[in-house]
Amino acid sequence: MKAVVFLEHRGGELARGALGVLSKAATLGEPVAAAIVGGPDVKALVPQAGRYGASSVYVVESGDVADPLPQPRVDALAAIVAAGGFDTVLLANSVLAGDVAAGLAVRLDGGVNWDLVDLSVRDGQLVGVRPALGDSIVVEVGWRSGPQIALFRAGSFEPVPVEGPEPEVHEVAVATEPHSVLARLVEQRLQQQSAGPSIEDADVVVAGGMGLGAAENFSLAEALADALGGVVGATRAAVYAGWYPYSAQVGQTGKTVAPKLYVALGISGAVQHKVGMQNAKTIVAVNSDPNAPIFEFSDLAVVGDVHAVVPELIELVRQRRQGAS
Amino acid sequence: MKIAVCVKHVPDGRVRLDPGTKRIDRSGDGALNRVDSNALEEALRLKDSSQADVVLVSLGPPGATESLLTGLALGADRAVLVSDPLAEGSDLVATSRLLAAALERESPDLVLFGQQSSDGAGGLLWGAVAERLRRPLVSQAAELAVGDGSVRVTRQSESGDDVIDAPLPALVGVSDSINEPRYASLRGRMGAKKKPMDVLALGDLGVSPEEAGEAGSRTVVLGIVPPAARGSTVRLEDAEAAPAAIVEFLVGRDLL
Ligand SMILES: Cc1cc2nc3c(=O)[nH]c(=O)nc-3n(C[C@H](O)[C@H](O)[C@H](O)COP(=O)(O)OP(=O)(O)OC[C@H]3O[C@@H](n4cnc5c(N)ncnc54)[C@H](O)[C@@H]3O)c2cc1C
Ligand SMILES: Nc1ncnc2c1ncn2[C@@H]1O[C@H](COP(=O)(O)O)[C@@H](O)[C@H]1O
Repeated sequence: MKAVVFLEHRGGELARGALGVLSKAATLGEPVAAAIVGGPDVKALVPQAGRYGASSVYVVESGDVADPLPQPRVDALAAIVAAGGFDTVLLANSVLAGDVAAGLAVRLDGGVNWDLVDLSVRDGQLVGVRPALGDSIVVEVGWRSGPQIALFRAGSFEPVPVEGPEPEVHEVAVATEPHSVLARLVEQRLQQQSAGPSIEDADVVVAGGMGLGAAENFSLAEALADALGGVVGATRAAVYAGWYPYSAQVGQTGKTVAPKLYVALGISGAVQHKVGMQNAKTIVAVNSDPNAPIFEFSDLAVVGDVHAVVPELIELVRQRRQGAS
Repeated sequence: MKIAVCVKHVPDGRVRLDPGTKRIDRSGDGALNRVDSNALEEALRLKDSSQADVVLVSLGPPGATESLLTGLALGADRAVLVSDPLAEGSDLVATSRLLAAALERESPDLVLFGQQSSDGAGGLLWGAVAERLRRPLVSQAAELAVGDGSVRVTRQSESGDDVIDAPLPALVGVSDSINEPRYASLRGRMGAKKKPMDVLALGDLGVSPEEAGEAGSRTVVLGIVPPAARGSTVRLEDAEAAPAAIVEFLVGRDLL
């Protein structure tokens, strides 16, 4: 296997999920390369890739790939795969990376396996592990022929810093395809970063779902988060209902979090929510439905009405904290 | 304007994997993939506001005509079903080849996709089809407006909203937040059966058997493994005692 990991970056930082995949790839026994694609100055990210296990970094630095659009990145990665003679491309899933992986599979006539949570080499063959059908089963998947493209579920691996020499840098030139540069970014409305720790970095996340019943009841989640020293998250359903901002959304189409403690209030536990929080160390769920799916992956399952449980819980946590300090 | 909407017929209720073929069992009842109705709704809104021909395009078993009828009842004008035993077991690259061939015959100005199929759950197909058709692509559209020969899309991404323009013909994958799909009227349902539905086989698309089904696929399901065991769950059924018990649990885990 000769693998390259696509390292997505946002706001001048390599994405955590992508670094996690890089760390994982570095454990598979062979030197692993990283691909960094972006506008001027993107080379500055090379040392960071080295710290997480890349022995070489292939860089496409060009105005054509400055904006976060998938199609020029298919051109860039195809050029990198050719330059480095890679047979395997690994990506951490995101809105951008998913579109890149699918386009690249067609471009290279390779196969793409997605939503992987693990990867190993068995008898010289790459084997991916994928929960499927709403996580009701787990399947092992492989590649028949052509370049092997693997897209990992967000948050599957922790980035692990390693000691090592500076990575070798290869600059690759890319000629974009005519159809790849037709879509154009006209405006980027970055999410407001609220004060305090971001939801991705918080040790405690208290998330609310439709079971809170109304927008104003998010004050319960806020008060509990405050008492526990955490931040508030929300399900997509609650975000759509206009109860809480999108920036707090946890799940497949929102943030991926792995706090020490995740408290789910009135959340059913749909797989699209689960993928964003299942790596929390401890999961506590309060739900009035004894059969709520979230209980299947909670450490503490509290069957009850949030309105009956949470106000008193907030009080007790506050008392405990005051007593302790 | 001509709009193609890619829709999938997915198993209804509990989806299972056939242990023998390791493929999804498609023998039971099926229904229109829920979020594909968001893509159809967006097409129907464009049709309502500015005249458009809306054609449904699907790859699936013969029973998929049922889901296409649902789409026709909602207001689509025509449907094209690619159905061929040789296409069974197609993975993403093979599926995209067949759908791209069907779309090529239609040459639509705009191709819309739903956010994700409930059984495959890749949320990837558009990226592969766009590369085959060599057309611009925008995914996760939370807003879509068609202007003079182009689309403007608000894409929802991890870091916020991106506004992206693309000239037509283009492909757009819509988010399920883009709209609230309508319900079929009785009249719509009555009329659906009279609308044209083409059923195509590989030969009609000029795709050879080696390019479809498992032969045309690049990935394989090797086996089914038991899910990893999770740590045990502590259950609290008594809501009244719960707050104190939660605190005790958190203290026990050094979280408080
Ligand atoms: C492609 C796609 C992407 C998606 N991405 C995401 C994502 O990123 N994040 C996400 O969260 N979802 C996502 N979803 C949506 C997901 O499928 C669920 O619909 C959503 O997570 C449900 O949110 P919920 O748990 O708040 O609501 P519901 O599913 O309605 O659950 C509410 C829960 O509250 C409980 N309840 C009700 N009243 C009370 C009460 N008084 N006290 C206690 N409990 C109560 C109910 O028993 C129920 O279990 C996505 C869906 C799709 C198709
Ligand atoms: N067999 C199919 N036929 C037609 N459209 C499909 C098919 N499979 C997937 N799609 C479309 O592609 C979207 C994404 O599917 P997927 O990549 O399987 O999650 C779906 O929401 C549909 O709009």
